[in-house]
Amino acid sequence: MSDTSYVRTEMLEQREPPASTVGVIGWARANLFSSALNSVLTLVALGFVAYILSALIPWTFQSVWNAESLSECREIMIATWGSTHGHACWAVINDRWLQMLYGFYPSHLYWRVNLALVLTLAALAPVLFSEKSPRQMIYLTLAYPFIMPWLMWGGSIWNPISAAVGFAIVFFGTRHLTAMTGSLIAIIASVIAALLWWMAISAPVVAGLSSVIPIGIETVQSREFGGFMLALLLGIVAIGVSLPIGILLALGRQSDLMIVKAICVGFIEFIRGVPLITLLFVASLLLNVFLPPGTNFDIILRVMIMMTLFSAAYMAEVIRGGLAALPKGQYEGADSLGLNYWQAQRLIIMPQALKISIPGIVSTFIGIFKDTTLVSIIGLLDVIGFSTAIRADANWNGIYWELFAFIAVLFFVVCFSMSRYSMYLERKLQTGHKR
Amino acid sequence: MSDLISDRNIDRSKLQVSDEVAIQITNMNKWYGQFHVLRDINLTVNRGERIVIAGPSGSGKSTMIRCINRLEEHQQGQIIVDGTELTSDLKNIDKIRSEVGMCFQHFNLFPHLTILENCTLAPIWVRKTPKKEAIETAMHFLEKVKIPDQAHKYPGQLSGGQQQRVAIARSLCMKPRIMLFDEPTSALDPEMIKEVLDTMIELAEEGMTMLCVTHEMGFARQVANRVIFMADGQIVEQNEPEEFFNNPKSERTQQFLSQILGH
Repeated sequence: MSDTSYVRTEMLEQREPPASTVGVIGWARANLFSSALNSVLTLVALGFVAYILSALIPWTFQSVWNAESLSECREIMIATWGSTHGHACWAVINDRWLQMLYGFYPSHLYWRVNLALVLTLAALAPVLFSEKSPRQMIYLTLAYPFIMPWLMWGGSIWNPISAAVGFAIVFFGTRHLTAMTGSLIAIIASVIAALLWWMAISAPVVAGLSSVIPIGIETVQSREFGGFMLALLLGIVAIGVSLPIGILLALGRQSDLMIVKAICVGFIEFIRGVPLITLLFVASLLLNVFLPPGTNFDIILRVMIMMTLFSAAYMAEVIRGGLAALPKGQYEGADSLGLNYWQAQRLIIMPQALKISIPGIVSTFIGIFKDTTLVSIIGLLDVIGFSTAIRADANWNGIYWELFAFIAVLFFVVCFSMSRYSMYLERKLQTGHKR
Repeated sequence: MSDLISDRNIDRSKLQVSDEVAIQITNMNKWYGQFHVLRDINLTVNRGERIVIAGPSGSGKSTMIRCINRLEEHQQGQIIVDGTELTSDLKNIDKIRSEVGMCFQHFNLFPHLTILENCTLAPIWVRKTPKKEAIETAMHFLEKVKIPDQAHKYPGQLSGGQQQRVAIARSLCMKPRIMLFDEPTSALDPEMIKEVLDTMIELAEEGMTMLCVTHEMGFARQVANRVIFMADGQIVEQNEPEEFFNNPKSERTQQFLSQILGH
């Protein structure tokens, strides 16, 4: 009588899905033409894209590459296509691309910038693709922070070496003193020793060594730096240094130590509450007021410090988000095994918190990299500053689109690479629930 | 409830309790803000004892065992673990933590590391064991909990019961002298509870000193040498399992037992 009882007598075999739901047709049906309205919208959208491309492609490709000035460009356009409208004058890029890339950097020393760029990529390899690059490359990464500035600014070889010695003092001091005095005192003592070395001892030592063994390369002044090179330089330093500082700030903000916490919170909130451009003006104008007269504190170095601090404050908040997303059980798991605070942070907490924060971290990286163009406002000739300078030349007066398109492409290539890398990294680190 | 485990016959005569004191808790008190969570706890655990701590939720059982490895801090009284007193001295805390293993309700495995890395991490970094030796030890204990073939998978790829057994193996890799279990089976499906309890029974047979907060009364009956009943942050009653289950003295205990065993 009852319909609720049912017993299956034979099991069904697996069948093919209907032909209209698979392959190209199936895809187009599902995604483009699933209803009358969607079909109309698809056609309208395709028409819009076609319209944009029909203007953009001729502008880009039916263009003038060889000319001495904008007026010559226009003459060629009229001679060729009968109008100046809808054609790009890439001749300005052809004429000035070296300046837009290298600024006023001496042209016979371009190789040093190029070498520094190659070194940057090589030094990044062990960090970005840890399992695909040989282990020894990590030594290059460690040496990079000293070699790169030396290549860029030149000068005596003893300068980067003395800077490296300071870090060696911290490293070995911490390592050997820890057994005797405990880790905190060892770190403080080593840092003081290193500061003493940098502030007082290293200058005469470098001077002495330079007079005895004068090895060095031609010096380049900071005012000769410019163009896209400057953006890359500022970006690399701000990105590379702000991540570790951001991690420390995020940890400090969660610390139980009242004063550490107050300092970190105060720093983060202050920096985030002030526009970057204000900080840059402080770097370019105000610092001179506060520094003792006669100190020559390089303008690019000052800008680097400001951009790094700015980026670090944002980084700290992004990483704090990652830390907050970790279940408390991870801390307890680490604690229950007897790992100390720094071991737990390094082995358990940070790998997971950073992984969670990758999208935010890379956004901050991309943001600070593009913000490097703000230095044009305080008078550094970065690539934007140069585009203005080029327009000031009577030959190229009135040219906008081509310069900005070129700048946009330069930035896009770098930012898009960062974005793609972050997606690759997220996929690589995905260990959560794949079965 | 009580018949969840049983197909293993434990030879209770093998379960020896020595006279040596493993944990000594004297007049311990703890507050969360104004709330008095643990009140005058006194407990002595000898080496080889298997103690089950039962009680209604919010009675402070978890808090008490978490005080033993300082995941929670007590404000008054004394806890001595293996002769070392728990104070705010970080060195003592890390020493005790490395000698006291702990399993959690939610396993707390490290999801970014493989099963093997989960097991070798603490021996390598805390005990400074050479990597090769740490791997051998880890494989030994993974075999013991019957999941050596999963060693290179990530925790997210394992079932709950397997994850909890890995968590036990991870603790064992530190060669602890005391194991704490904080509701190790509460987050598991019924069919997985058995495999975890079997592992725990094996540990008990090997003479491990164990403190288990659990609602598995069958396990308590079969394995424990002492059952402690807690309510409102106090130890209300403790006794041998037979006596505890068949002849509870306090009214609070009777009420609790009738609720969990009654149906």
